[in-house]
Amino acid sequence: MTYSYYPGCTLKTKAKDLDHYGRLCAEALGITLEEIEEWQCCGAVYPLAQDEIATRLSSVRTLMAARDKGQALVTLCSACHHVLTRVNNDMAGNDNIRTKANNYLQPAVPYAGETRVLHYLQMLKECVGFDELAKKVVNPLKGRKIGAYYGCMILRPAKEMAFDDPENPTIIEEFIKALGAEAVVYPMRNECCGGYVTVKDADLAKKRVAKIMHSAKDKGAEELITACPLCLYNLQANAGADAVPVTYITELLAEALGLK
Amino acid sequence: MQRIGVFVCWCGSNIAATVDVDRVVAEAKVQPNVVFAQDYQYMCSEAGQGIIRNAIAEHKLTGVVVCSCSPRMHENTFRKAAERAGLNPYMVEIANIREHCSWIHKDKEEGTEKACVLMRAAVAKVLLNSPLKAGESKVTKRALVIGGGIAGIQTALDIADAGFEVDIVEKRATIGGRMAQLDKTFPTLDCSACILTPKMVEAAANEKVKLYTYSEVESVGGFVGNFHVKIRKKARYVKDDICTGCGACMAKCPSKKGLNEFNMNLNNRPAIYIPFAQAIPNVAVIDPEQCVKLKTGKCGLCEKVCTAGAIDYTQKDEIIEEEYGAIVMATGFQPIDASKFDEYSYSTCPDVVTSLELERLMNAAGPTGGVLLKPSDKTHPKSITFIQCVGSRDVSGRGKCYCSKICCMYTAKHAMLIRDKYPDVEVHVFYIDVRTPGKNFDEFYRRAVEQYDVDYIKGQVGKVYEEDGHLVVQGVDLIANEQIILNTDMVVLATAIEPDPTARKVASMLTASIDTNDFITEAHPKLRPVESPTAGIFLSGVCQGPKDIPETVSQAGAAAAKVIGLLAKDKLLTNPCVSHSNELLCNGCSCCEKVCPYGAISYEDKLINDHGVRETRRVCVVNEALCQGCGACTVVCPSGAMDLKGFSNKQIMAEVDAICR
Repeated sequence: MTYSYYPGCTLKTKAKDLDHYGRLCAEALGITLEEIEEWQCCGAVYPLAQDEIATRLSSVRTLMAARDKGQALVTLCSACHHVLTRVNNDMAGNDNIRTKANNYLQPAVPYAGETRVLHYLQMLKECVGFDELAKKVVNPLKGRKIGAYYGCMILRPAKEMAFDDPENPTIIEEFIKALGAEAVVYPMRNECCGGYVTVKDADLAKKRVAKIMHSAKDKGAEELITACPLCLYNLQANAGADAVPVTYITELLAEALGLK
Repeated sequence: MQRIGVFVCWCGSNIAATVDVDRVVAEAKVQPNVVFAQDYQYMCSEAGQGIIRNAIAEHKLTGVVVCSCSPRMHENTFRKAAERAGLNPYMVEIANIREHCSWIHKDKEEGTEKACVLMRAAVAKVLLNSPLKAGESKVTKRALVIGGGIAGIQTALDIADAGFEVDIVEKRATIGGRMAQLDKTFPTLDCSACILTPKMVEAAANEKVKLYTYSEVESVGGFVGNFHVKIRKKARYVKDDICTGCGACMAKCPSKKGLNEFNMNLNNRPAIYIPFAQAIPNVAVIDPEQCVKLKTGKCGLCEKVCTAGAIDYTQKDEIIEEEYGAIVMATGFQPIDASKFDEYSYSTCPDVVTSLELERLMNAAGPTGGVLLKPSDKTHPKSITFIQCVGSRDVSGRGKCYCSKICCMYTAKHAMLIRDKYPDVEVHVFYIDVRTPGKNFDEFYRRAVEQYDVDYIKGQVGKVYEEDGHLVVQGVDLIANEQIILNTDMVVLATAIEPDPTARKVASMLTASIDTNDFITEAHPKLRPVESPTAGIFLSGVCQGPKDIPETVSQAGAAAAKVIGLLAKDKLLTNPCVSHSNELLCNGCSCCEKVCPYGAISYEDKLINDHGVRETRRVCVVNEALCQGCGACTVVCPSGAMDLKGFSNKQIMAEVDAICR
């Protein structure tokens, strides 16, 4: 199976492991990820203003590139996935935004949200299946107690992201179980890490992360995994007394598949 | 020659504000055969009807067109007025210039033009009307009540009290419904079982009332006064006429892991069980999914211990056929699934319970014997937090848009009962609004706040989670404008109520209309609140909309009164607007029989004289008592033999012509 792949800026700089192991594992699982040519930044933050068109354009270009190749678009970074999914929804359902974006870009074929945007985890579930994935594990992570950290970007707004139940998500837990480890469910796994606020008010991010770490530890997690570079940064930089190690989902996958 | 009168109603300003009634009158006066036209402020009033009666007499009218509201509203009124003046009531036509015109248009010019068009169509139609005479049909003097909760029981008892026979069909193994599960009732705090169980006994003992428990309605045919109903009596695997309800089988049954539905699945029951101690009938039932004997053929312990010899593993479902004159829907409600709202952690934390679960946890006959204990570790809770409007008044799309109406009061009741029995327990209530309209209701709520020190917090809860061995409630206090983080031991969710899932199926069997929330629609929200628009179908209890026990009982009585009014009649007038077939055109193709939803069409071989040619042909015969005048057969008939009296193909084409003119 071949997908268009959008790594995004952070995966080329701060979060190289997320990207590197993601590609490595995909290849090992027989999935071809074709990086979009000359991709641009997704915009990083989804513009909430309805009349803000220019900041959506780079995402539209990426979505259109996938459409032109007739492929679904796979992302890894939670923030990129969030922005691309929502801009895609706008192009499919918002007449005003679709018309203006197309008028500006003047593509040969106007874009109307035809591309299917998938997160790497959804791709694994859909293309490989967690039962099949379990069979491909060479280093079962037996005895490891791992907590999933979802953060907000891939879950909310739930209706738009259509990713998982935002209050009681399960996909990363299924992923952890497939790799042979014990998935620790803890209530703060879908709470915000502080996000970009850490730049302006590190104390606030510290408070948030302390709560998350405490909750994870309280329920017995010995390590956490996440798909989001910003979450990983906050969880590592702002953890307090209860800190547990945090890695990317693709690193864990690579470990289980014997690629790390 | 026909002499037509046209009467244009203002309906106060409802019509007159958007339709120039003078112009409609002027236009009417120039229509062919119209000899009289007049407008009036309220045509349905006695004075308005007087205008119609006088005009019929004075101008020797042969037909009447009333331009007014929907025929569903006042067609009958105007037909009766015409009849009093000596005109056949079916010579009256309504042009609906309110719902179809003035209410949906803003521009007076447009509205007036459309009103004129609708008037012209009605005049064209009435010119082709012919006098019709309503037939008669008998009334089976027996009623069916679907649902054996407090609504159904009360309706049945009231009908029986008037001397009519009534059957209750209840899908569960006992009657009693939701009320049987409640501990105390607001606003008097009397014990629910103490006021309900005598009524259950009365229903069982009343010789006019017959109970079909563990039974479901399978199909409904016929029409008002003459319903034909098939009831599926599900196999209990216990002979209900022999079982003494001693309970010996329950004690011996080795398969004890069934979930106790009556206790909201909070504890277990054996595979053979009596739902609760006061069940009516007090007869055991075997859960076939759980019974070892039925699943594997080995066991049979209950049969051995049953001294009465009531166990019968070979029992099969039984279909019972009955005739009824009236049917009452009393299908009740269920709480919505709280796991749709997992911000409250219902599916992950055992100490987060719903209000109905709390009723069982507080009830002396419940899983804890009435001692309030945390489900997780069976210890005494020190603090309980209630969350209101879980799924009610919901804007997230996961719940219901309506107010469930009963939650504010039962939460006040729970809070008060807990504070009374366990004064050491701290009680918090998060609410959007506290709604207590009802006799002695607000006083009741004030008592919870003032006398029992229940901490009411105006604001919603964003998250409930478990941490360090207790629950944490993260919410907001809108009055103090601050976030609240509360440590608590138990959380109780006041879940919205929704119609029982069987309501939709039952409603479609009865051709009773339902709304977007699956509540059964009334014939009129204000003036006919206990009747369905389908004749002979009545509504009782929460199947019509959320209501508490006093309201349910009142509505149950009202539904019974309507049923009694119907059953008291020996004959009903039938609708003369039924199908009939032109034998000369009919070729016996059976198309009409296939589409008739009422089974009103059959065929017979008949000697036909077709312009001097005599031959025997298979032709269609319409049973006028069964035909409901839906018109499906007239549309499907390929030879144009079928026609509907009062709505003939010719009349409808004349209306279309008049509209297009």
